[in-house]
Amino acid sequence: MITVKKLVKRFGLKTILRGVDFEVQPGEFVALLGPNGAGKTTFLRILASLSRPSVGEVNIAGYKLPHEAAQVRARLGVVSHLPLLYGDLTAEENLRFYARMYNIPKYELRVTEILDMVGLEARRRDLVRTFSRGMQQRLAIGRAVLHDPDVILFDEPYTGLDQDASSMLDEVLKTVASKGRTVVMTSHDLVHAEDLATRFDILSRGIISASASRKELRRTNLLTFYRQALAG
Amino acid sequence: MVIKATKMKPIIANRSQPSGNFTEAVSAVVWKDLRAEFRSRELFSAMLVFSLLIILIFNFALELDIKTRQSVTAGVLWSTFAFAGTLGLNRSMAIEKDRGCLDGLLLAPVDRSAIYFGKVISNLAFMLIVETIVLPVYSVLYNVNLFQPGLLLVILLGSIGYVAVGTLLAAMSVQTRTRDILLPILLFPVVIPVLLAAVKASSGFLTGADFADILLPINLLIAYDIIFIAVAFMVFDNVVEE
Repeated sequence: MITVKKLVKRFGLKTILRGVDFEVQPGEFVALLGPNGAGKTTFLRILASLSRPSVGEVNIAGYKLPHEAAQVRARLGVVSHLPLLYGDLTAEENLRFYARMYNIPKYELRVTEILDMVGLEARRRDLVRTFSRGMQQRLAIGRAVLHDPDVILFDEPYTGLDQDASSMLDEVLKTVASKGRTVVMTSHDLVHAEDLATRFDILSRGIISASASRKELRRTNLLTFYRQALAG
Repeated sequence: MVIKATKMKPIIANRSQPSGNFTEAVSAVVWKDLRAEFRSRELFSAMLVFSLLIILIFNFALELDIKTRQSVTAGVLWSTFAFAGTLGLNRSMAIEKDRGCLDGLLLAPVDRSAIYFGKVISNLAFMLIVETIVLPVYSVLYNVNLFQPGLLLVILLGSIGYVAVGTLLAAMSVQTRTRDILLPILLFPVVIPVLLAAVKASSGFLTGADFADILLPINLLIAYDIIFIAVAFMVFDNVVEE
């Protein structure tokens, strides 16, 4: 579903990604882990077609980036640590707006389905700026799956959430992932990643330094694997 | 909280046409901007108060006789529109950037020029509403009749040119840390031809000059509008991408 070959990203003289090779099969849930500044967000922004690679190939759902970016975006949902929602619009107005941007026919029914899925049906007419951080993040996930994408990218979705909000987000993420979608999630929260992902990749010093499936990790725990990958 | 594994219908977005409906995307951006602004009135009130303050300052600073007033009116008006417009353009893009909404827009599978045209139309609407309020206030304070069809046409053409290039440069400057000061520095040198033509044409209508003399700046305004919109249409995608 996602194939990345020899990906390099430079900002001026600074090289952030130094030849990343990355492959995700359909239906996989990959946790991309790494310390701050490892290039996780940069990598995800390239997959989301928000940034262009300096060198290398990116292929998502059979379409090449950046040339076929519009086709990729139609199959992609993105959730970042920012909500990507308008505070002065209500929850349903935000979803209606994005439904129109994604050219979804008869979107009213879909908006109701999504609000129901993320547990915000009762707050549909409330302004988003009155929502808690956790509620905004749930609505952000609703926005990301509004057009029923095949691939979803999560960039640090737990940032700024308290314990209760994190637990609620876990449930939403499981619901979203259970529909056979391909998911890539960046995080430095190993507890949530271990609970959700089927594969764990470590991004360190601009490359994928280690990769292990849930099966392979049975003998050791994720924290040990993570520390070994960073040390190596 | 109840998370429901609801039975959803399969793929509903129109993926065979990833560029979607261009006009639908433009109208969605306009609808969103107008809806949010009429609720918050953040941008509109800032532009309006700023415009009225500039007019008042000019009124007190330039204690002019009636004849001289007519000759400076065009300059005062366009200075007011230019300064207030910069404030509006900055705020309009900052709203998109602050909560990551610009990324949300860029992630939509539409031709990105649809986002540009949507922003241009909403920015133009805000500017025209402010101008509609400023004109009668100016007429009263300076005792000058500004409600001439020719002058109103010039104001419309000048505003289109200003907003067309301003929206593009605001999309560029909003990516930087110094966006508040960068926009006027980038915008004013580029928009000088529009302002010069607009002042010349406005002054012509106010002083009752021959139409043949006014035609040239009006034609220049039309040409600038077309050029600026065409250039922005071609480069917007590159400007908003990292």
